[in-house]
Formats: sequence, structure tokens, C-alpha cells
Amino acid sequence: MILGVALVLIGFWGLISRKNMIKMILGLAIAETGLQLIMVTIGYIDGRTAPILDGAVNTLLAVRQVVDPVPQALVLTAIVIGVAVNALMLTFVIRLYQKKQSLNISDYKDLKW
Amino acid sequence: MVRRAFSLLLILALAGIFFSILKGWTPMTELSGVARDYVANEKEQLGAMNLVTAIVVTYRGLDTLGEVTVLFLAASGVAVLLRRKRDEAAATVKIKRAASEIVTTGASLLSPFIVMFGAYIFLNGHLSPGGGFQGGAVIASAVLLLFLAHPDYKLKHAVLNIIESFSGFAYVLVGLLGLFLAGGFLDNRFLPLGHFGSLLSAGAIPVIYVLIGLKVGTELATILENMKGRAL
Repeated sequence: MILGVALVLIGFWGLISRKNMIKMILGLAIAETGLQLIMVTIGYIDGRTAPILDGAVNTLLAVRQVVDPVPQALVLTAIVIGVAVNALMLTFVIRLYQKKQSLNISDYKDLKW
Repeated sequence: MVRRAFSLLLILALAGIFFSILKGWTPMTELSGVARDYVANEKEQLGAMNLVTAIVVTYRGLDTLGEVTVLFLAASGVAVLLRRKRDEAAATVKIKRAASEIVTTGASLLSPFIVMFGAYIFLNGHLSPGGGFQGGAVIASAVLLLFLAHPDYKLKHAVLNIIESFSGFAYVLVGLLGLFLAGGFLDNRFLPLGHFGSLLSAGAIPVIYVLIGLKVGTELATILENMKGRAL
């Protein structure tokens, strides 16, 4: 949990303080990983096993033996969306670089006034 | 300097927010409401060994359909943004350094097995850790290995597009079959549940995961190829 929070903070620090767009995307990816870690930790119950009903789990007592599967399913969704978002952001960076040959975010002022 | 101090202040504020949220947090000791319901009744209702799969594919199937849609949109966005113009295609052909013999031999040796492993992961998604998304990602990693070994490698776009469109269409079709033949959209029970724990069990869940695996694999492969083609 603490590790997850630390990752989120490091990621956002990177997002704010770096000028290189690829490093900013990396910061966002790190923050994303931290959030996913936090979500999995919320569903974790000490001393229990993975939510798969195989030999290690008595199906009648499963409610007392497995961790919460719902956050894990949500994190699975979040990971896939994260991949999609990262791919799209990197694509934008490639296009921007081809336009101006620069990765520095300060060189793109077209939307500033 | 002011900028740096300001961003440090912002991060500290964020840390403060996290701290105030987590101060009262105690680890869970019992499953709560809906999760207990899923765990207790899943075996009779859906018959999948992997509870996470049951939730992803059936209980929250609509979420997953939306997720696949987001991935599809991202892949299309990448394809649109990185599309080569016709005159550009000829201009950007450069002589690339070929990969070393170790890489090419290793890639041709390993890639069939990586694809097979991906297929294994999405076929067993309802029995063991894994599933369509993971299996698709593994298949795409085989494609990435081929790109590393053979920089000029071209994918057959027609085949990829057909597989991708077919699996997306079939996914919705399976969902509609659930609506007409069983309890609701994406209900897996229109196929027999089978013997608990065998490969052909849990109704339509393996079918859906195979389709998702194919779709994710082809989509990620297309993203990789687009990025490779442009980022010279």
C-alpha cells in the first residue's frame, strides 16, 4: 500500500517536473502502476489464497479462503486501458517529433496564449 | 526555481490527501457484499474455476466489451495518426542494419512456441491465471520478436483485419445469443456448463476469451507494426 502511494507520488512528480515528453509518459505509467497496486492491496486479505477454485480451496468454504476477486478484475481492465492510453500518447509524441524535431514540451506553445 | 517549489508543493498536497485517506484504512478481514455473493454462488451459476475470469467475462461482461472497444479505438487512433502517405512511403525506405544471426535464429525458433503459449493462456483462462488479454499480449510479443529479428518483416494486413473484425463481431454475437437463449446479454449459460474444471466447461466463457485473445493479439500486433513503420 505504501509502495503504491510512493509510486503514484513519484509518477506525478515525474509528470510535473520533467520537460521531456517521453519521460512525462513514463511518469504517468509509473503512477498508473502505483494505483493498480493500491487497488489490489485493498482487495487483499491476510492469509488467504488466490480466487481460483482449484485443489487448494475447498469450494464449500471458499468464502473464507480466497481474497476479493472484484478489485483484481477491475485492475485487469485498468491495465488494458493503460496500455491503450500509453500507446496513443506515444503515437502523439512520434507525430509531434516529426513536426518539430523536439521532445521538449516547452517547444509546443500553439495552445498557449 | 519557483516552478520547482510549486510542483513540490503540489506533490506534498497530493501526499497529504493520500495520507488522510489512508489514515483510517484497515486491511479487509472478510469479503464484503457483492464479492461474497460472487465467490459463494459462482460455481453453481457459471462453473468457471477462475473467479476473476468469471467476473471479467460474465458478471461484468459489459465492462469488458467496453474495454475491448477502448483498445480497438486506441489501435485505430494509432493507425490513423501513423498512416504513411503514398509519396512518403517510398522516401522513408532506408537500408536498415540486419539483426545478428543469434537474434534471427532465436526468433524463428521461439516465436511459434510463444504463439502457442499465448493460445494456451487464453484457452485456459477459465481454469488458471490468465485469459484473453494476457494471451493476446503474449502473441503480440511474438510479433515484436519477429520485428526485432527481421526489420523488413511485413504483416498480412488483410488477414489481420479479417481476424480482428470477425472476433469483435463474434464477441457481440455471443453476447446476443446469451440475451436470447439465456438470462441476459453476455450470459454464458446458453452452452452447457460441463464438468467443473475441465477445458470445455463454464459455458461460453472459453469461447469469449478465445475471441478476446485473437482480437487483442491482432490489435496489439497492428499497433506495434504501425509504430515500427513510423519510428525510423
